[in-house]
Amino acid sequence: MASVTFDKATRLYPGSTRPAVDAIDLEVADGEFLVLVGPSGCGKSTTLRMLAGLEEVNDGRILIGDRDVTDVPPKDRDIAMVFQNYALYPHMTVAENMGFALKIAGVNKDERATRVLEAAKLLDLEPYLGRKPKALSGGQRQRVAMGRAIVRQPQVFLMDEPLSNLDAKLRVQTRTQIASLQRRLGVTTVYVTHDQTEALTMGDRIAVLKDGVLQQVGTPRDLYERPNNVFVAGFIGSPAMNLFQADLTDAGVMFGNHPVAIDRATLAGISGKKVTVGIRPEDVTVATSGDGLPVEVDVIEELGADGNLYGHSDIAGARVDLCVRVDGRSHPNAGDKVYITPKEGHLHLFDVESGARVGEAVIA
Amino acid sequence: MQIVSALVSVVGGLTVSFLIYLGLNFIVGKTNTKWNRRLLPYVFIGPILVLLLGFLVYPTIRTVILSFVDTTNDKFAGFGNYVSLFTSGDFLSTLLNNLLWILVVPAVTVAIGLGVATLADRLGPKREKTFKSIIFLPMAISFVAAATMWRFIYTYDPPGQPQTGLLNAIWTGITHGDPVPWITIDAGRFNDFLLMIVVIWLNAGYAMVLLSAAVKGVPEETIEAARIDGAKDRQIFFRVIVPQIQGTIVAVFVTVLIGVMKIFDIVFAMTGGTYNTNVLGVEFINQFFNFGNPGKASAVVVILMVAVIPVIVYQVRNYRKQEVLR
Repeated sequence: MASVTFDKATRLYPGSTRPAVDAIDLEVADGEFLVLVGPSGCGKSTTLRMLAGLEEVNDGRILIGDRDVTDVPPKDRDIAMVFQNYALYPHMTVAENMGFALKIAGVNKDERATRVLEAAKLLDLEPYLGRKPKALSGGQRQRVAMGRAIVRQPQVFLMDEPLSNLDAKLRVQTRTQIASLQRRLGVTTVYVTHDQTEALTMGDRIAVLKDGVLQQVGTPRDLYERPNNVFVAGFIGSPAMNLFQADLTDAGVMFGNHPVAIDRATLAGISGKKVTVGIRPEDVTVATSGDGLPVEVDVIEELGADGNLYGHSDIAGARVDLCVRVDGRSHPNAGDKVYITPKEGHLHLFDVESGARVGEAVIA
Repeated sequence: MQIVSALVSVVGGLTVSFLIYLGLNFIVGKTNTKWNRRLLPYVFIGPILVLLLGFLVYPTIRTVILSFVDTTNDKFAGFGNYVSLFTSGDFLSTLLNNLLWILVVPAVTVAIGLGVATLADRLGPKREKTFKSIIFLPMAISFVAAATMWRFIYTYDPPGQPQTGLLNAIWTGITHGDPVPWITIDAGRFNDFLLMIVVIWLNAGYAMVLLSAAVKGVPEETIEAARIDGAKDRQIFFRVIVPQIQGTIVAVFVTVLIGVMKIFDIVFAMTGGTYNTNVLGVEFINQFFNFGNPGKASAVVVILMVAVIPVIVYQVRNYRKQEVLR
């Protein structure tokens, strides 16, 4: 077991001017489950591959435990990786796939068999040990890939979108299985995904990347409640946070004709007369008349227990699309006009220019 | 003049066969749909079937029959031709040559092809292309032309005279000794190997092209997984890459093997089977034309055919197995 440290680690692909991963500083504690998340092309996979030793580090350092592994080849890093396409050896049986690393390491046959069997039991793979990957279903292959990592008993698990090739139902099941398995084994894990739901449900902490730059690191709750900037605010959470520009008056931020007061310290942090407002769909009060931002309902998405109201509003002459969580049984209908106001303590403000968060606490 | 007649035969042949198919199709098209559907497949495979029967199956049967005839007096000889072949020291030596050919050439060709394919893969796209083109170049040369070229390389001129043979020029240049009549050295069947080099040189490009495609088809992720699993380059090559391209390796091996079993041109053009380099293909020509013994010649061919059949059966099976895996 060990911690993992990225110290200004940078990856610049030859012939490219912008680094794929730009001076990342990140610490993963011993036994922690850290999720790297971001849109495609944000450098999350590259970051993981740098840790694996499959990608060169052009600047900065990477440490596993106290050991600087920046220039150490993958085989000497004591890590195991689960690939997106599983990367099982097609010519080997499940048992041989799982035992390959041990065989290379010169572990004797009996111990190899014991350890493979142990891992197989853990993953319900016992009946398939003699099969080739071709004869397995997608979910089984995924478990073999996991098994291959577990058998190694490495210091760090690296997982590169291991669930993206599974169907939706299996993905949700496997998600919990992996998370609970990781907690049971207590092995430090770095997990890459583009799916923010996976990130929220699995990670002890989440690191959000965009364009090779680390945006924010924190617990799922942190990121959800206190996004550092507009990007994180819009990326984490589903349906996404509503973000729009609003006028700033002496009374506060204008929500239609309804002013939302903000404290003096926050106000001081805002330059200009406008501010980007962020409000999560569930943090909105919907009324059929009265104060608030007028919203025309376009669609109601029924989810059973509750529903999503998709509508639009007109703010300073521009159409703004909005999503609001409503009750599943009693809700407005498409074509209705409703008035929304933010629930107390759940309004996020961001600088219009930089997109950075304004104000420490969640604003009233 | 030759070019014109070649052109005429190519264009004419194609046109005539096209017209035949067109005509047959037209005739069948005149019948009603029921008959049309029944006849159409036969119309298209029919001509090929006739050609195969007439020019392959029939001669094969004829040859087999002829191999049991003593053609010196046109009497049925039973296994006489075979017995006489297998009791002759010369023929056994010929068989040994063939055996050496099939033991050495396919294996070396595949090894070189695989080596070049793997190493070229690391050169980067531009240099890889150049490099592979050069290795592939001999494929464009006919066997007889290649044999002639290599005969020049192995040429022997008496001592004291300028050495026109490349090998002897190098040899005398370095050792300052006497030139060596390379092609005549049959100790340990040395000259056999000199001839084999030509075929390997010709076939390495073919092996390389197919194996290179296979090597590139190996998923990069499995190689990365092996690197993380702790494998060294050599282990990755033999335990991860080679097993995954085994099908192609076998296919190339067997194809070269079949070609080598039937080897004729190189030996015929370079030594004519003399100096103990004789092989079955050349022996057939000798028996048929030089010794005027078609019966014995047929027996040689039948032996060769019987030897090739299991290899072809294996190749077809292997091919089907690969198809299933795909």
